[in-house]
Amino acid sequence: MDWGFIIERTLSTMFGIEVVVFALAAVGLNVQFGYAGLLNFGQVGFMAAGAYGLGVTVYWLEWNFWIGIVFGVLFSIVLALLLGLPTLRLRADYLAIVTIAASETIRLFVRWRRMKEVTGASEGIGEFADAFYELSPFGEGVRYDLGPFSYVGRDLWVLLVGWVILLLAVLLVWRLMSSPWGRALKSVREDEDAARALGKNAYFYKLQALMLGGVLAGIAGMLQVVQKGSIQPDTFNPVITFTIWAILILGGPGRTFSPIIGAMIYWCLIVFVENFLRQLPAGPADFLEDTIELSVLNISQLRFMLVGLGLLLLARFRPQGIFGSREEMALDDR
Amino acid sequence: MTTTDRPQARMKTRNRQRMIRLLVVLAGSLLVPGLLASSASAQEDGPAIFGSLKYEDPDSGDDLPVEGVTIEVTSADGYEESSASDAEGAFRVTVPGNGVYSVTLDVETLPDGVNLRNPDRNPLESEVNDGSDRRVLFPLVLGEEGEGGGGTSGGITGRRVAQLTVEGLKQGLYLAMAAIGLSLIFGTTGLVNFAHAELVTFGMIITYGFNFYGFAGMIGFLAPLPGPFGDGVNLIPAAILGMAAGGVVGYVLNRFIFRPARSAGVSLIAQLVMTIGLSIFLRYLMLYLFGGAPRTFKDYSAQTAWSIGPIDVTPKDLVAMGLSIAILVGVASYLELTRMGKAMRAVADNRELSESTGIDVERVITFVWVSGASLAALSGVFFGLDQVKWDFGFRILLLVFAAVTLGGLGTAYGALVGALVVGLAINLSTLFIDAEVKNMVALLILVVTLLFRPQGILGKSERIG
Repeated sequence: MDWGFIIERTLSTMFGIEVVVFALAAVGLNVQFGYAGLLNFGQVGFMAAGAYGLGVTVYWLEWNFWIGIVFGVLFSIVLALLLGLPTLRLRADYLAIVTIAASETIRLFVRWRRMKEVTGASEGIGEFADAFYELSPFGEGVRYDLGPFSYVGRDLWVLLVGWVILLLAVLLVWRLMSSPWGRALKSVREDEDAARALGKNAYFYKLQALMLGGVLAGIAGMLQVVQKGSIQPDTFNPVITFTIWAILILGGPGRTFSPIIGAMIYWCLIVFVENFLRQLPAGPADFLEDTIELSVLNISQLRFMLVGLGLLLLARFRPQGIFGSREEMALDDR
Repeated sequence: MTTTDRPQARMKTRNRQRMIRLLVVLAGSLLVPGLLASSASAQEDGPAIFGSLKYEDPDSGDDLPVEGVTIEVTSADGYEESSASDAEGAFRVTVPGNGVYSVTLDVETLPDGVNLRNPDRNPLESEVNDGSDRRVLFPLVLGEEGEGGGGTSGGITGRRVAQLTVEGLKQGLYLAMAAIGLSLIFGTTGLVNFAHAELVTFGMIITYGFNFYGFAGMIGFLAPLPGPFGDGVNLIPAAILGMAAGGVVGYVLNRFIFRPARSAGVSLIAQLVMTIGLSIFLRYLMLYLFGGAPRTFKDYSAQTAWSIGPIDVTPKDLVAMGLSIAILVGVASYLELTRMGKAMRAVADNRELSESTGIDVERVITFVWVSGASLAALSGVFFGLDQVKWDFGFRILLLVFAAVTLGGLGTAYGALVGALVVGLAINLSTLFIDAEVKNMVALLILVVTLLFRPQGILGKSERIG
């Protein structure tokens, strides 16, 4: 077994694009759930809205990439309004039901055969991000060594932009939450009736939080497809939403840096376990294959089982997350 | 439970032990269809993939066979074989053994004007297991291709409306059985159980297991026993066993996960997140054990439809629909007439009040979980008459939620009414839109309900506060 390889892969994941994308979406979810107490179980729908807002503008309308970014943000806001307006006056679990249903419906809709001209249907959209890579100061195929890691120029550019956006988003959320707006939002989370009695319009605060979180997820979705170079409907799988939830609860909802920490822990764990299992020497590997049929093919299924189990156990025994504080967020009823 | 006065720490370890025990039980009970599927030996002359190609003549209503269409069967390990349909439209391709095969219909060889009803379902994945023959379906239509599974090609005719109404009724009845449990669990405990749809999938998969491997054959070393223990059993006893297994899972989930969580004071929101975690865990566990390819039950899988007046319906669907009506009537009279049924409705209506009148609330909740889960499992069996698939439950989750919300979350009859409306609305909507996106109608129903009558048809407004 090549421990050096496993450790190198694990460490380079820590700053990789997956961490950036999932952390950014988790920052959005943190605004919605951590600070406003909204149960959004359709975060992947907002990611898809952002990605397709960008893709449709470039592919169908044949407009500029940068206008596409604006449309991506707009799509996320519109989705937040569509889902929030009917549900945010009701008890919290109605939002959960509607968001989980909507995110799956969006996937069905964009892969609808009749949408072929607009969204590329099941084949998706490719070659829409050239304008972004033209700005890159790094050579397209050149390899850059940064300490122990080395990146291709293309990846390094996305990664750099991604981290800048992520840190700006965290900074924005941190400033917002210590502003009067943020304090009012938290008061809505703690006791909606009390906030209303003090003259705060709880409904609008919740709607604004849903929109802000949705936009952050939309940007995460755009970042993901720009990095991949293509938009595929089936990458917006509902299990992504639940992974984001696991990441947020792992880090601790309602804390500034918890999405980044949670995403790093999650991805390091996943990459470590997957590489470890793949690198097992023949003896134990055959044993696992014979007893529980664990093979290279279904290791990723194991990953999702772990996500589910982790979410179950965290919610049951440590709802405030590993580093969260009980006062800030204990997944309470409201 | 009166455990609240015990030391917190001891309770936590106890709960953890319970959780581990539960997982072992769950894994043990589920284990195995997947394991055996890959180890079963093939027949000597090899199983076959077969089917027949016919389309309906819109004028006479007769099924006309299509001759000379090339069907190609390939597998991932390089096997390739093709065959053409004969004068009856039948084709048969022998394959070397068990495995997943990709079956492609060569569209070029179809006669002019005849097209696949659903071009997306070409090629088809077909899994041969147990060395038995597998039927594949390529529905054909005369006229423009790909007008959706229901065939929008015909426009709105009385015949299609009748056919779709029956389909809608069928889906609605099966949905109702899945939805009642969800609604009652919410009513009695306040918990929205996102894992409920996984119980539907569990029901179809465990029944598939009994159907192919008998009472005990799913436990690896007991497989060589003679039938009905080691060998497969007929679908009907298998379905009863599957229903019982669903009830056991419902009991286990309540007893070892949600009851301890309730008595430890875990908030409802945290419990909701727990059900989400549970649902992902169960779903991927079933993928892990069952594999990704859709399969069909051993019995009654290839029935020809009866024509009753303007509608075509297979005998198995008729029987299943009749049974589900009988079961739903049974559930309703149980709720109305028996002590336990009344207690269930009372707890769903007002938990504190019914507790103070001496109803054993925990017992009622146990009962609700067991009966809700076994009804969900049975609905899985009925849905599985068409196809058994690891993510089936998740695919209908939206429909189940639309049904219970429309009917009124927490009410048993609401779930019934809601499910029928949702089933009919979705299927009849294919008169106007593609079948591919018909489930979007459910989301529409959901949103409209929440906008105009969030408590649902039969709900009371104080519920949604």
